[in-house]
Amino acid sequence: MDTPIMGASSGTESGITAGRLPSDTYAANFADLHPPFDVHEARVAADRCYFCHDAPCVTACPTAIDIPLFIRQIATGTPDASAKTILSQNILGGMCGRVCPTETLCEQACVRELAEGKPVEIGRLQRYATDHLQQRGIHPFTRAAPTGRRVAVVGAGPAGLSCAHRLAMKGHEVALLDASAKAGGLNEYGIATYKTTNGFARAEVEWLLKIGGITLRNGFVLGRDATLEDLRKDYDAVFLGVGLAATNGLDIPGLDLWGIDDAVDFIATLRQSDPAQVPIGRDVVVIGGGMTAVDAAVQAKLLGAANVTLAYRGPQSRMKASRYEQDLAAAKGVHVLHEAVPVEVEGTGAVAAVVFERLGEQVRIPADQLLLAIGQRLVPEGLPDTQGGKIAVDAVGRTSLSGVWAGGDCASGGDDLTVTAVAQGRDAAEDIHRSLMR
Amino acid sequence: MANLASNFVGIRSPNPFWLASAPPTDKEYNVRRAFEAGWGGVVWKTLGLDPHIVNVNGPRYGAIWGADRRLLGLNNIELITDRPLQVNLDEIVAVKRDFPDRAVVVSLMVPCEEEPWKFILPLVEATGADGVELNFGCPHGMSERGMGSAVGQVPEYIEMVTRWVKANTRMPVIVKLTPNITDIRKPATAAKAGGADAVSLINTINSITGVDLDLFAPEPTIDGRGAHGGYCGPAVKPIALNMVAEIARSSDLRGLPISGIGGVTTWRDAAEFLALGAGNVQVCTAAMTYGFRIVQEMISGLSDYLDAKEMSLSDLVGRAVPNVCDWKDLNLNAVSKAHIHQDLCIKCGRCYAACEDTSHQAIAMLPGRVFEVKDDECVACNLCVNVCPVENCITMERMAPGSVDPRTGRVVSPDYANWTTHPNNPLATAAE
Repeated sequence: MDTPIMGASSGTESGITAGRLPSDTYAANFADLHPPFDVHEARVAADRCYFCHDAPCVTACPTAIDIPLFIRQIATGTPDASAKTILSQNILGGMCGRVCPTETLCEQACVRELAEGKPVEIGRLQRYATDHLQQRGIHPFTRAAPTGRRVAVVGAGPAGLSCAHRLAMKGHEVALLDASAKAGGLNEYGIATYKTTNGFARAEVEWLLKIGGITLRNGFVLGRDATLEDLRKDYDAVFLGVGLAATNGLDIPGLDLWGIDDAVDFIATLRQSDPAQVPIGRDVVVIGGGMTAVDAAVQAKLLGAANVTLAYRGPQSRMKASRYEQDLAAAKGVHVLHEAVPVEVEGTGAVAAVVFERLGEQVRIPADQLLLAIGQRLVPEGLPDTQGGKIAVDAVGRTSLSGVWAGGDCASGGDDLTVTAVAQGRDAAEDIHRSLMR
Repeated sequence: MANLASNFVGIRSPNPFWLASAPPTDKEYNVRRAFEAGWGGVVWKTLGLDPHIVNVNGPRYGAIWGADRRLLGLNNIELITDRPLQVNLDEIVAVKRDFPDRAVVVSLMVPCEEEPWKFILPLVEATGADGVELNFGCPHGMSERGMGSAVGQVPEYIEMVTRWVKANTRMPVIVKLTPNITDIRKPATAAKAGGADAVSLINTINSITGVDLDLFAPEPTIDGRGAHGGYCGPAVKPIALNMVAEIARSSDLRGLPISGIGGVTTWRDAAEFLALGAGNVQVCTAAMTYGFRIVQEMISGLSDYLDAKEMSLSDLVGRAVPNVCDWKDLNLNAVSKAHIHQDLCIKCGRCYAACEDTSHQAIAMLPGRVFEVKDDECVACNLCVNVCPVENCITMERMAPGSVDPRTGRVVSPDYANWTTHPNNPLATAAE
């Protein structure tokens, strides 16, 4: 049986290699996807807001930022007041303004989307306000009087950072414990470079820590350096924001070939490197259908891969990546293949092709690099009870263990978004505070 | 294409769009460009006696803006011409010679004595100009020297000076009125009594456009201080329309020709002034904002409108005047209710917030962000229509005679009845 060959070969060198592009093109390729507004653009964009009654955008925001108010504060020339409105609900409002899938949250709910298909650019306005404040190093919040209580927050990703900040504001002492070399979690390691440029994730963490009362410890691995039981003994409360440490695998022949990587690792490496130094294949296949798959596929293209195929096993309607992200991938030249079920990776020593079954036919896609983005999962050992593969929590983040809260991707009920993690961390902190001060 | 040729108090122009006496008509270079762009006429920037005045060397204009820095109102503290009289006269001769079909009216402002008028009028007449406009309106600077609005605010002075001018020239005389008074009919009446051929209005309105909150000084600011200026542009149009209408519908002033001025920016603005009784319009701020080419839109727009209505220009002039009345003459039996067209509603809820917080609690917010008018509370105030961002989404629907107004429980009467006969009016005359 003949299998159609997808993707034309190019004259460029095959194999996985760095520096496929002229050195001066990387900066442009990995520049801000949505460049920041200047003052006038922000005023014009802000003026489009109708200041709706009981605004649908606020309802759609997991952190319930008062969006009409912060936009009006921009329109009236008070961006710092605007930033405080944002940050009081969402301490990572700067990052969320950059990476939130606003097209499925606030901007989808915007009445202007209904009216004219062109919502108020809430995300970019949010970034305008928070940048205005943060770029001058202003931290607008202060701590309450010390309570004498100590809380361990495990994981310095969005949930942990949000929880730690709110606890510190309430006057508690926070030990922020993170396994990686840098704090930030997926903000630092897991988001496409063009969504958060110029080291913003790191700068945002440094800004956040200015609240005081938070001691950051990097290289702390739960279970190795201390168990959850140890933490329960040593602290008045524990918050778990450990994320999803393991990636799902595939069970098909050929996965031992050279040239196969986790998309999560690929994205993390790229985020911590000069793009010109990151090796990429000529013909890249990404398997998956979520944001991580799109981030990996688009960035493979931006690194100079000639052919990038994003293969998803289900129909387009089930892809977890938003339609906006899918369109972005297509616009960057990524070939998106739906209903493609991986069958085998071919090659001798290194990857040569990936074979899919698609609508009853075998499809063979030449590849010298395969990136797997088929989901991440919790490593449940030593954690509270789980539900559906995640730590079971109630509406305020309480787990099966007394004195232990959880939030973010590791906890049940969320949808694996930065903004949801921020909301859960914040709400858990409020509940921890209530419990400790009772 | 409708014929837009205009004859205003004997002054002919190919269209009714004139540039007002202001910076755009300051000198030959600008006026030539204006005529080349298609303007029907100009009122040359006000001439005075030598030695010519001087202007400030700091900002002359201030402004307020809407979205995207759209200029809504302009304020100016520029005075009359700051060039020698003879230079202006020579340029007027040259322009009129080259554009004989266009109207050139010369604005004048000299001290409140007869001799200066006797001196300057023959000089202007000799240029071939079509008429003069007496600047009794300028509210800044010149008024401090007893001219401009200092004259326009005293009807006796208006009448006196107008009479002098009429006695000393054969040219048509237009008296430009200041809005910085309480009743525009008084100065208009004085102008008419003095023999004026027409009035033009409004001149600019005393204004401070803003305050610099770092310098604590009015804007525009010169060396830390600011003086009031004259306000113009789109923001003043409603004030100007009312003053034009007040003159047009006054029984004592009926038939006094009016040149309409004040925020005319588009053909539609011009048509509104004409409908309220202006024989032509004068434009300044729109030209200063966008340049002279806007007149082409005014020409095509007014022409298309007249064609669509199958009206001539003269049919339009004053067409709306009979419908301008006093509040007491409004029909209290005309009952309307707001109606929200759900197919156009974008669910912003501004109508709800406005009505609930500041009006009559006559809009219900139903599940799914559906907004509906409560007819038993709606007084048809129109606020919801005005705050709705979608045109025609909310409309006022007149209740049919014979139906019952659910707010009052009364049957809607087919008959006209106003406040003068209403039982709550202590001065009502019994309607028998």
